[in-house]
Amino acid sequence: MTNLNTKPNINNPDGFYAELLELHEHLDKDQSDALNARLILILANHIGDRKVLRQAFKIAQLANTSNKE
Amino acid sequence: MDKIFERPLYPYERHHDQDCAQPARHTVVVIGAGPIGLAAAIDLAQSDIPVVVIDDNDKVSWGSRAICFAKRPLEILDRLGCGDAFVNKGVTWNTGKVFFDERQVFEFNLLAEDGHKRPAFINLQQYYFEEYLIDRVRELQAQGKPIQLRGCNKLISIDQHKDHATIEIETPEEPYTLEADWVIACDGATSPVRSMVGLDFVGRVFEDNFLIADVIMDADFPTERWFWFDPPFNRGQSALLHKQPDGVWRIDLQLGWDIDKEQEKKPENVIPRLKAMLGDDVEFELEWVSIYTFQCRRMETFRKGRILFAGDAAHQVSPFGARGANSGLQDTDNLCWKLKLVIENKAPEKLLDTYDIERIHGANENILNSSRSTDFITPKSQTSRIFRDAVLNLAETTQFARPLVNSGRLSVPCTYHSSPLNGPDVASMPRRTKPGSPAIDTRVGQQWLIDLLGNKFHIIAINTPAPAELEVDNLTIETLQIPVTDEVTQRYLGDTKNAIYLIRPDQHVAARWEHFDQSQIEKALRQSIGKMLND
Repeated sequence: MTNLNTKPNINNPDGFYAELLELHEHLDKDQSDALNARLILILANHIGDRKVLRQAFKIAQLANTSNKE
Repeated sequence: MDKIFERPLYPYERHHDQDCAQPARHTVVVIGAGPIGLAAAIDLAQSDIPVVVIDDNDKVSWGSRAICFAKRPLEILDRLGCGDAFVNKGVTWNTGKVFFDERQVFEFNLLAEDGHKRPAFINLQQYYFEEYLIDRVRELQAQGKPIQLRGCNKLISIDQHKDHATIEIETPEEPYTLEADWVIACDGATSPVRSMVGLDFVGRVFEDNFLIADVIMDADFPTERWFWFDPPFNRGQSALLHKQPDGVWRIDLQLGWDIDKEQEKKPENVIPRLKAMLGDDVEFELEWVSIYTFQCRRMETFRKGRILFAGDAAHQVSPFGARGANSGLQDTDNLCWKLKLVIENKAPEKLLDTYDIERIHGANENILNSSRSTDFITPKSQTSRIFRDAVLNLAETTQFARPLVNSGRLSVPCTYHSSPLNGPDVASMPRRTKPGSPAIDTRVGQQWLIDLLGNKFHIIAINTPAPAELEVDNLTIETLQIPVTDEVTQRYLGDTKNAIYLIRPDQHVAARWEHFDQSQIEKALRQSIGKMLND
């Protein structure tokens, strides 16, 4: 069974980060939100495994400090 | 103008029950002569169980209402002896198109596979549906079958006793009282029976209004289901266009929550909306307009003593997915053979509790699917709208997003995989014909398997011997030897070379084995009629 990979897995992290932000340049809030939603769907489909996806949901949910209490 | 729904088809006639000093006792009384009540009555009467149907009206449903009928209910109508009338008149369709804003984002085809007598779906106005069932009632009456249809007989009260119910009925003349061993309440979403016995009907209310209009027009739209999300002619909302027989088109426009229903229903407000959708140059005539809201809910239990609830009286869903009438027909399909065996003392009364178990499973499945469709069609938050639009945008260019588009998950046959009536399974046989599933149609020589099954227990024997007929606990089981074909291998054998299937009177698989074994069959039959249920 595959588990969600939470170890560093991206080559050139700074490059990736810059590329991600570039995507959102010149977009307003609505356009950015829409793009993020599309991106989530595309990546989720690539992962496919519902168990791995659920692990990702959990981590995303808990990483927000205001949800930690 | 003489429309079928304006003509009394079962006008009030005085019955000698109304002149009895003591209330007449009937075996089964069905409340409501809608599609589900009529189907229940036909099912029982054709198996010689006497049945009286009462309805406060004397006509078929006004307006077209339910229009999409799926393959499994068509097979049930075949078993009721009247499928051809529906299919011959109905519009057969397979293609659905989904539009977002001004673009078509994708197209789907429901025609999954060959080798079935009936199509995936037909569209037919509810008034025709009811008319053809009434024709079937008349046909059964002509054959001397014990079925009565009493128009303008309005239920005013119902009381339950240990072994019967008392029903008080209002007529154009004086009221009268009837007794019934069993009552099937098919009196619709607002079921008076349900309120009279004080049963809850709780669920989720969807805060939305839909304008439903049936228009008669000579238009060259194809015979397809067209669904729009956020179209220019109905901004921020959805729309549906679907073809029915006689040049009638169903149009469904989402209106939102905060509207004045009476105003919106007026032709002067409806017509401009339709013109915006169809174009100014399309000539049309309004046949029927209604505004509906809906809830997804069900009764906690579909059986209360001697009263059994079916159809909208028992459960309600959103119209997306055609799960209303289609699931109601599966209710009575499930109920009637059980009730017959109980009435004939061939099965214990607790068999009726499995109607509750199996059809509550069906209702839950329908409510789940229909709530999910509704949440997709009318997003409840900004974020859900963002995701919905993301799915629709992606669907245009990428395959993966298309299964996420939900404009209604169209009714598929219900399977009772975890029913206590199920007997043994063989894991290497196909999943689609596991115990609990409805038998899957296939060609058998010049005939269709589905036409050879139903109304009694059958054994299907494939490539292995079995006695032609056998008698277990006063029930006759008839064997069908069917030849091996590619379809039969794919649908019934899977990885095995031979098979024995025990099929219930409602054409659902009760159990399956590789070889015939008398004691196994006996045990499975007893299980499937509720004799092994715990108290």
